[in-house]
Amino acid sequence: MTAAAPTTLSRPGGLWVAFSNNRLSWVGLVLLAAIVLIAIFAPLIAPHDPLEQNIVSRLEPPSAEFWLGTDSYGRDVLSRLIYGSRISLVVGFLAILIAMSIGATVGILAGYIGGPFDQLVMGLLDVMLSFPTLLLGLMIAAMLGASLENLIIAIAITEIAPFARIARAPTISLKQRDFVEAGRALGFGPVRIMRVHILPNMISDVVVMGSLWMASAIRTEASLSFIGLGVPPPAATWGGMIREGFENILDAWWLAVFPSLAILLTVLALNLLGDALRDAIDPKLRAE
Amino acid sequence: MMMNADDDAVLTISNLRTEFRIGGVWHAAVRDLSLTLRRNETLAIVGESGSGKSVTALSILRLLPNAGARIGAGEMMFEGRDIAQLSEHEMSRIRGNAIAMIFQEPMTSLNPTMTVGQQIAEVITIHRHVPHSEASAEALRLLREVKIPAAESRIHDYPHQFSGGMRQRVMIAMALACRPKILLADEPTTALDVTIQAQVLMQLDELKQAYGMSILFITHNLGVVAQIADRVAVMYAGEVVELAGVETLFARPTHPYTAALLRAMPRADRSSDSLEPIAGSVPPLTSMPPGCAYAPRCPHKLPSCVQARPALQESSDLAGDRSHLVRCPVRLAGASP
Repeated sequence: MTAAAPTTLSRPGGLWVAFSNNRLSWVGLVLLAAIVLIAIFAPLIAPHDPLEQNIVSRLEPPSAEFWLGTDSYGRDVLSRLIYGSRISLVVGFLAILIAMSIGATVGILAGYIGGPFDQLVMGLLDVMLSFPTLLLGLMIAAMLGASLENLIIAIAITEIAPFARIARAPTISLKQRDFVEAGRALGFGPVRIMRVHILPNMISDVVVMGSLWMASAIRTEASLSFIGLGVPPPAATWGGMIREGFENILDAWWLAVFPSLAILLTVLALNLLGDALRDAIDPKLRAE
Repeated sequence: MMMNADDDAVLTISNLRTEFRIGGVWHAAVRDLSLTLRRNETLAIVGESGSGKSVTALSILRLLPNAGARIGAGEMMFEGRDIAQLSEHEMSRIRGNAIAMIFQEPMTSLNPTMTVGQQIAEVITIHRHVPHSEASAEALRLLREVKIPAAESRIHDYPHQFSGGMRQRVMIAMALACRPKILLADEPTTALDVTIQAQVLMQLDELKQAYGMSILFITHNLGVVAQIADRVAVMYAGEVVELAGVETLFARPTHPYTAALLRAMPRADRSSDSLEPIAGSVPPLTSMPPGCAYAPRCPHKLPSCVQARPALQESSDLAGDRSHLVRCPVRLAGASP
């Protein structure tokens, strides 16, 4: 007989031990913490106003005054980079939060109800999955118009399907577990069983995948901003900065390179973190 | 078919037929089952795997899978209402409240992400709509009642911190939380070792007296039956083949299947060399013989047995026990044992 615990979260400490044994997870954690702190304290850290134009110092290379140089309007690249982190993180976090809530709800409902409803929902999600994320985001963003809220909504919609899939699979196995059957025998309704007895037993899977897809959401945000469907100028966004820098790539390399590096580091941090978390909850990869 | 209009009856099942769809055709897993569960009694249902005993319990709580299973016929009268006709909403008010159930596997029947106290309190909250503090206090009282040591601290523990026997006690506490009239126990001690099994059985019996409830105890273990039951229904291939008081059944097993079961049971007062397995197996649902379902395995088989399905009849045995019912005309006709 096995004392089957469905996830490591039910054994306190298990997740943390597996996570902290992975050295790369620390790199990801420290990197992400640094980026989040920079975003929070942007007004204190930024040496200049990110929107302040200065015609005299246009396209200046990195110097003591402007560490990462200036753009074609004479704005400080470092300050714009620092403020841009706010948009990237907010968009990535909120879009994933929305996608996770809707996707997990849909996945649990489909898995628990099963039958034709399940087939219909999963069929629709397959249709959504068949579009490349960027293309789908582009369509939705173009339909809604360019603004911060619409960008978040567009990215959230593109990420619903994978979350629904992640939530559905454990639901199907959990609903056949004895404690769910026992719950029905004790008179619990379906909503209660899904919320109290199924959701907490699979939430860790969904949250861990969330950290991986947040990286993808941030890339999508940058791509949409690059195309011009992101947060409208003059607000500083990493994708927007790359596009502006792209026009001057031969004269002023620093304009496109530094925002690209910022995206690279953020996505890398989230991926390292997500991989470590995923390994930590995967029983096949655990040394125990 | 004899049905005594028993004033003492808590649950009266008449002609219950539970069917499963196999290959597009409905096959009965429980056939013409009629049982009366009386107030404060323990009625044991005994039978081997596939005899329909668990399906009977699941039918009473209407917990059969939505697709591919149905109650085809019969009624189950409980508190003046037919359970078979109730809506799903009315049913969920009965489950865990007036009729509760405990399961075979205590190791996996508790939610690993909630403390045992929360799980017991949850049952009380949803059926009685009392404030959380009151439900918690009641949960603690129940844990003490089922004799969990140091209940005050263990109420905050998670299921994985409990042993199998302790978890089954927690399950019993959850089942008793709303003082049910009927407790359905589906092999509750099968997964436990023998000493724990005896403790849990004794406790169930004490709680039955204290709460004045009736227990429908499903088991394949005749030793457990001897220890806990007042009356016994022996099931074979979805039907009751013999129904009798526990002493009568062990003293004068009349149906050939009951007799064979008793011979296959190890006993302290007999050499284990005399154990006889029952040759053959239960016929599959999809190919029930038209006559007596036990006929293919029966040593007393007559040509008439394979033609018509025998009815459950009163046994006119020496003690004059009129509640002794047997589904075997051959043996009832007085053929010597």
